[in-house]
Amino acid sequence: MNLYLVDDILGKDIAKEPIRKGFGRGLLEAGMRNENVVAACADLTDSTQMSLFAKEFPERFIEIGVAEQNLVTVGSGMAALGKIPFVSSYAAFSPGRNWEQIRTTICLNDRPVKIVGSHAGLYTGKDGATHQMLEDIALMRVLPNMVVVVPGGGPEAEKATLALAEDKRPSYLRLAREPTPILTTDQTPFEIGKAYVYAEGHDITVISTGTMTYQAMVAAEKLFKDGIDVEVIHCPTIKPLDAATILKSAQKTGRVITVEEAQINGGLGGAVAELLSEEHPVPLRRMGVRDRFGESGDPDELLAHFGLTAKHIMMTAHDMMDK
Amino acid sequence: MKKLSLEELEKKAYDIRMDIIKMLEHAKSGHSAGPLGLADIFTALYFDILKHDPKKPEWDQRDLLLLSNGHCVPVQYASMAHAGYFDKKELMTLRQFGSRLQGHPERSKLPGLETTSGPLGSGLSQAAGMALALRMNKDHHRWVYVVLGDGEQNEGNIWEAAMLASKYKLNNIIAITDRNNIQIDGPTESVMPLEDLKEKWEAFGWYVIDIDGNNMEAIIDACAMGRAIVEKPVMIIAHTIPGKGVDFMEYDFHWHGAPPNVEQAKLALHELRTLQGKIRGEHE
Repeated sequence: MNLYLVDDILGKDIAKEPIRKGFGRGLLEAGMRNENVVAACADLTDSTQMSLFAKEFPERFIEIGVAEQNLVTVGSGMAALGKIPFVSSYAAFSPGRNWEQIRTTICLNDRPVKIVGSHAGLYTGKDGATHQMLEDIALMRVLPNMVVVVPGGGPEAEKATLALAEDKRPSYLRLAREPTPILTTDQTPFEIGKAYVYAEGHDITVISTGTMTYQAMVAAEKLFKDGIDVEVIHCPTIKPLDAATILKSAQKTGRVITVEEAQINGGLGGAVAELLSEEHPVPLRRMGVRDRFGESGDPDELLAHFGLTAKHIMMTAHDMMDK
Repeated sequence: MKKLSLEELEKKAYDIRMDIIKMLEHAKSGHSAGPLGLADIFTALYFDILKHDPKKPEWDQRDLLLLSNGHCVPVQYASMAHAGYFDKKELMTLRQFGSRLQGHPERSKLPGLETTSGPLGSGLSQAAGMALALRMNKDHHRWVYVVLGDGEQNEGNIWEAAMLASKYKLNNIIAITDRNNIQIDGPTESVMPLEDLKEKWEAFGWYVIDIDGNNMEAIIDACAMGRAIVEKPVMIIAHTIPGKGVDFMEYDFHWHGAPPNVEQAKLALHELRTLQGKIRGEHE
């Protein structure tokens, strides 16, 4: 399948954009397409890029103030009357602070509230560990009925937002703060629940999500020159996981690496480990944050410190091939 | 539904109390005091105040009722059964495997429930979300009623919602606090003092009506008055007697989270049948 990715991924002039910007555009477009789309924010309207929607549809936007428990439960109430609420804050606070409300009033209640957690992961950078949410994927993935989407770039976040607006399930959309290289084009498909083979290969499968797919693609290009043929699967939906695509690749390559900018426990790494150990056990390396907190710094410094750059993926791949 | 006279409503509240006792004794688990204390309020809601159709629980012009303190749901189930949402026989399935009458209310199991609740503190904010959506839909003839416990007002989420409803002047919300002064660990004022509760809600921008929550007429009048208040959301602080109608349960916080056994249920039913609430004088 042609995914219409950008041509020169290794090029120095690859376009970058914060993933949250794509969400802002997507929400505005979703609001134009459907008048039942509404939004609420906990005092971070600009940061989460909800401001585009709030400006265009002030009567459909609710400023909640710094009250994340209220944010999601007001969302649940609006969804009860047929609204499609997008509710946003920083991921550390929502879903960080209001998990039980999400569990009871959205998931058990089966209300299609869209929880948008911005400033997730190490890309939150200088704000430090308190704001670098690393446990959100695990928190949301464990909830019955919940869909978990982690876009890899701004344009994909825009498509994901539009798809979620039409989806009837509760969902979590994870966004990052700093500019991320854009790998996709307007024609690149996005469907909830689908993982996409960005590069085909036979030796190792690298499954990545969010901002890490760029690092995986860079690593794959360089590894090819080293004689290692890597298959890169971009996995923007963590739940429901695209088991078919992952298993097919694991059966072909026999080696899997997962890469995410989150805790591997319960994250993408956890999800893939669960799948493979039940369905098709193969050697697996999980790259991500290993049971520790972040700290202040530039995103690049942090990715290097936590071992989440293309170089680290290459080292892991070589190590696996040597065994 | 046929409107009931005041006397009929009062009689109905005692029939509902008897069903609550039977349900709890049969289930051998559940909360006794709160549901008994709320029986007058729920009777007033289901048989006088609410605009609803038990045969069409999804009717798009119905008023919305949320029970934020979900552990009191036996009173809601009993009221719904009496109103005709389902057969009264089903009441005896409370808390049993496969029952639609879950230990705490679960919307997706039972038509007529507007939400799922139990974990405390999130009913008022859902009511606010519903009130906002009704306003966006220009649906000006529907009301959101939400019943809150007093103990649950220890939860911060309640006060987040209080601020929001006041900010957006959600005059289509009528909240009712079941002020029975008990929570699981004891009297509310020793567990975590709430007073001056009326002043608190007024300070948060609400119009507060203080009533005897076991007086049928007062409940109906307060809701009518609440609907006439246009500039603020309305909080009715309904002072109720926990365990109301059963002498050995009244005012005793030990009955907050406990069901009666067979003997206790027998005695309770006898009192409810014969005294119909006339024991109240002994305590005053």
